[in-house]
Amino acid sequence: MNLRSVISWSVTQVILIFIFTAIFGSMSDSAALLSEAMDKFPPELLAAFGMTNMDMSTVLGFFALAFLFCQICLAIQAANYGISLLSVEERELTADFLLAKPVGRTQILTSKLLSVFTGLTITNVIVWVSSFVFLNIYKNGQEINTNALLMLLLSIVLFQLFFLTVGMVISLLVKRVRSVTTFSMALVFGLYILTAFSGMMGGTSLEIISPFKQFEPNYIIKNSAYDTPLVLLSVAVTLISIVGSYILYQRRNIPAPV
Amino acid sequence: MSIIEVNKLTKYYGKSRGIVDVSFSVDEGEIFGFIGPNGAGKSTTIRLFLSLIYPTSGEAKIFGKDCIEYGPEIRQDIGYLPSEVFYYEGMKVLDLLKYSASFYERDCTQRIHELSELMELDLKRRIDDLSYGNKKKVGIVQGLLHSPKLIVLDEPTSGLDPLMQQKFFNLIREENERGATVFFSSHILGEVQKMCNRVAIIKDGSLINIQDIKTLQKDNYKKIRVVAEGLVGKRFEIEGVSNFERENGAVSFLFKGDINAMLHIIGEKEISDVTIEEPTLEEIFMHYYE
Repeated sequence: MNLRSVISWSVTQVILIFIFTAIFGSMSDSAALLSEAMDKFPPELLAAFGMTNMDMSTVLGFFALAFLFCQICLAIQAANYGISLLSVEERELTADFLLAKPVGRTQILTSKLLSVFTGLTITNVIVWVSSFVFLNIYKNGQEINTNALLMLLLSIVLFQLFFLTVGMVISLLVKRVRSVTTFSMALVFGLYILTAFSGMMGGTSLEIISPFKQFEPNYIIKNSAYDTPLVLLSVAVTLISIVGSYILYQRRNIPAPV
Repeated sequence: MSIIEVNKLTKYYGKSRGIVDVSFSVDEGEIFGFIGPNGAGKSTTIRLFLSLIYPTSGEAKIFGKDCIEYGPEIRQDIGYLPSEVFYYEGMKVLDLLKYSASFYERDCTQRIHELSELMELDLKRRIDDLSYGNKKKVGIVQGLLHSPKLIVLDEPTSGLDPLMQQKFFNLIREENERGATVFFSSHILGEVQKMCNRVAIIKDGSLINIQDIKTLQKDNYKKIRVVAEGLVGKRFEIEGVSNFERENGAVSFLFKGDINAMLHIIGEKEISDVTIEEPTLEEIFMHYYE
C-alpha cells in the first residue's frame, strides 16, 4: 500500500459516484419510468445484483445502486491491502532485512496496521465528501435523508475493516502469496457471489458471513439503520481476524529467499 | 563467556529436514567458521538465531538470552549480512541506511559515512540501479553500521571482487579486534581458513565436527605425495590413509596417524621425490564429505 494506490482507488470512487449521481440528475424526471422498467426485469436477476425493492425514483434509492459498485471497489482495495500488508515483505524478499532488526513482530504488525488505517481513512474522507457534493448537485430538488446517508457512509469503515483483516489472516494462513490480486479477487467476488446467489435462491444462511449482505446498501437506505445482528457478526469476524493475525504472524516461519 | 550457545537445535520444515540436534557454542571474540555445502542447514541455523523461523525443538541462546523470547533485545547487538541482498525498491542508498540505523538505539550517522567511504559506496544512488556487487556493499554497511557485538555473515563475499573481498575481510578483522564476535558461514573454504579460529562442519543437517582450524590442519592430516618407480600402491593402504590417488608413477593421499609408520613405509623403497605438506581445508573437507 502506498499513497499512489490510495489516491487511485479514491479517484475511482469519485468517478463512480459522479457518474451515477449525474445519471440520476439527468433522468430523475423519468425516474418513475425507470422504476417501472425495473419492475419488468425478472426478480431473480434483480436479486442477483442486490436490486430487489430498490426505489429508483428517489435520489438515495438510486444512490444505493451506485454504492453497491463502490462497495465492490472498496472491498477489493481493502482486501488488496490486507493480503499484501505482510506478504509484500516476503515476496520482495525484504522480510529478512526487516525482521533481523531489533524490532518485534507485534510492533511491525501494529505499525503496518496503523499505516493502512491511515490510507483507508483518506479513501473514506474522499468518498464522504464526493458523495455529499455530487448528491447535492444532482438531487434535482429532492430531499436527502441525511440520517440514512450517514449510516450508509459510516458502514464503509466496518466494511473495509472486514476485508482488510480477513485478507490479512488469509495471507498468513498460506505459505506464500504469489499474486495478491488472485487472492483478493477470490475473496471479494466469492463473497459477492455468495450474496447474489442467496438473493436469487432466497434465504440460505451462508450469506450472512458476507459483508455485502451485512451492509446491504438498500437495507440501510430503506431503514435508516443497520441489520444489527449481522453487523455484530461482521465486527466479530474482524476482531477474530485481527487477533488471529497477531498470533499467526508471531509464530510465522519466514520463508528463505529464493 | 559464550556469545552463542546452541543446544540440540532441531528444525523441520514440515517433513523436510532443516537441521537436526545441532549443539555448539561460540566464545566471545572468536571468529567462528560454519561450513558446509548448499542445503546442509547453514542458513537454517542462522535464521533460527535471528528468529526468522522457530525451532522444532532445542534452543539457541545469544548473549546468554533465548533467541525467541528476547529476540528484539538481542538483535540490537547483532549485525546480519544475508547471502542474497534485496531492499525496498525506489530507495536511495542513504535512505536505506538511515532507515536501517533508525532501529538502533545508538547514533550511527558517522559510522555510515566511514563504512561507505571504506567500501567505496555511493550514497546518493538508487538501490535498484546498483550492480549485484554494489548491493552487497549496501548489505555490508547496513549490517555493520551499529557496531554490533555479534556479526553474522551468511556467505558474505559472493559478488565482491577480490580487492573488495580483501577490504571486507580487513574490516571484519578490525571489528573483531574491537571486540566483536563473528559467526561466518560459507562454503568457500579458503576464506574460512584465512579468517577463522574454529570451524564447525555441517552435513545433511547435522554437525559432524567442530575443531580448531590449526588442529584441523596441522595435528591431524598430512598431504603426502611420493614419486618412485614401480610403486606398489597397495603398500600405502594402511589405516589413516584417505583420498588415495595415483598418477603416472606417483601416489598422493591424506594421512592421519603415526607419521613414523608412514615414513617407514615410504623409506622401504628407492624413491625419487616426496612431499609432505599441510592439506588445505578444502582437501580435509572433501574427506568429511565422502
